[in-house]
Amino acid sequence: MRILRNLSFWIAVGVVVLIIAYGATGGAIRRETWFTVLLFVGLASSLNILLGYTGYVSFGHIVFFGFGGYIGFWAIDTLGMNLWLAALLGGLVSALLALGLGLAILRLRGAYFALATIGILEAMKALVINIPALGGPNGMELNFSVYRGYGGAATALWMVYWSVAAIALIVVITSYIVKKSKFGLGLMAIREDEDAAEIMGVVAPRAKTWAYVISAFFPGILGVLFFFKQGIIEPGSAFRLQLSIEMLVMVMLGGSGTVLGPILGAGAYQILRGTLLTSDLELLGMKVKDIQLAVAGVLLLIIVLFIPVGAIGWLRTRSATLRRILE
Amino acid sequence: MIDQLLASVTDGMLVGVVYGLAAMGLTLIFGVMNVINLAHGPIMALGMFTVYLAYTSLGLNPFLGLLLAAGLGLILGVIIYWGAVHRVIDAPHLSSLLSTFSVNMIIIGIGTAIFSTSFRNVDYSLGIVTIGPITVPGTRFTSALLALGITGLLYLFLYRTRPGKYVRAVSDNRTSAGLMGIASNRVLALSFGLGTMLAALAGGLIAMALPFTILSGGSYELKSFVIVVLGGLGNPIGALLGGVILGLIEGLVPVFTKITWVPVIEFVLFVLILLVRPQGLFGAKQ
Repeated sequence: MRILRNLSFWIAVGVVVLIIAYGATGGAIRRETWFTVLLFVGLASSLNILLGYTGYVSFGHIVFFGFGGYIGFWAIDTLGMNLWLAALLGGLVSALLALGLGLAILRLRGAYFALATIGILEAMKALVINIPALGGPNGMELNFSVYRGYGGAATALWMVYWSVAAIALIVVITSYIVKKSKFGLGLMAIREDEDAAEIMGVVAPRAKTWAYVISAFFPGILGVLFFFKQGIIEPGSAFRLQLSIEMLVMVMLGGSGTVLGPILGAGAYQILRGTLLTSDLELLGMKVKDIQLAVAGVLLLIIVLFIPVGAIGWLRTRSATLRRILE
Repeated sequence: MIDQLLASVTDGMLVGVVYGLAAMGLTLIFGVMNVINLAHGPIMALGMFTVYLAYTSLGLNPFLGLLLAAGLGLILGVIIYWGAVHRVIDAPHLSSLLSTFSVNMIIIGIGTAIFSTSFRNVDYSLGIVTIGPITVPGTRFTSALLALGITGLLYLFLYRTRPGKYVRAVSDNRTSAGLMGIASNRVLALSFGLGTMLAALAGGLIAMALPFTILSGGSYELKSFVIVVLGGLGNPIGALLGGVILGLIEGLVPVFTKITWVPVIEFVLFVLILLVRPQGLFGAKQ
């Protein structure tokens, strides 16, 4: 347990705990805002294991969130399965899906891999639309009485908040452990130069597949929790390419390949979006809240062009002390 | 049944050629600079709106509006290249994917604020063309012919003119092209502009046949991805054939099964081809 002696570990965990505590201590509206942040901390940190450590750009990562969510939702709705079991089931089927897909598509590199992940997302969405058991194009809706088993809707909302918070924390800890492990070193070697890594003895296909599986497992769980809270799931909201790309943006914003980056990226992105959506400012005769997407686009462009390492990545280049405490 | 099949095949081919034109824009950019332009869809949507606005506000014939769309597409592409792509052209793939996606966000963000997301259509008809047992709308027929014509022009440009030769040279080897005295940055900007010009043109052609919103470009962008993979990334003529294949799938599949299976087949095919023949159906073995 050498990790427990690292200051950088406690900083990463501390930031997540602070977010959880802040979100839990201000009533329902604040909780909802920070619920979304925590959800994306979990999603972005999962993606980071594949994107940041291994260097594979998954453009359709939300497929695991949607697929896990769908299977878990179906289990709750038709089998009457307990939420916790369903969440675990959602995570496991997503991980299995990643295992199967990974063996095939992780052979592709660069742009080809990115395109394949988009194709898989769209194929899955189109497939679900054609499966009547999953509700087809209309999706499924939970019977309201389901929430009674969890102490009523109000209690269930808190319960889901704490569960998502716990998963976010677990993802961040996993992400840290992976980064510090021999397995993680292998992943980063693949990111720098896959051929060289293989020559040095990294079994790249296996390592990549495991990275893919881990990065799919948690989004599957989060999907079940999220759609349980929504009470409704449909193909459009479960497999949204836009959301997938927002995950990438969050990772980039904070710094890909760092543990802390996706946490701060998720927080910053959500706060920014919330601020823009409620802002009364005007820009060139247009209300900022109407063009919030464009404003976010300009910011993203500036970051990609000028600070491609992200906020934490940039801080880490500033001093040796920062490099030690910000992982 | 035969009549229905024939009609579906014709319809599919006509619309497929236009899809192919759009995909050609995407594949040209990828072939020359290894960048996947994620602003492709919104630029198609801008092409749609250019034709629409030229027709409704200026009373311009949609086919003249296309010229306008082409010009604007070219200029916009050159601007996007210098603003968003030039700096990241040698960076890892993620950078150019995200920078072109941010252009996508900017266009969609401003576009939805100006045009809202309600449906528009260009109410313009050229009557009906009848060939034997088949009848198709005149605009659709003319669109397909135009798309073929534009492909021919692109081919002539690439293989029969000096700037076209520069584009091919830079695409083959940017460093060597630079050493031979070709201003490769300018050629890259031109290539990007040509790619977006084709996207805008295809958008304009689609606008004449189907209703659209500012967000419509997104689904055509996905179709373009499928097509470029079918035809081989970076292969313009392959893109045209890929477009026809996609059009045929869209035309024929609904004859036999539910139309909702079309995207499943398209995207499964897409992933399979990436895995089995990443050079595309018509590409040479690498």
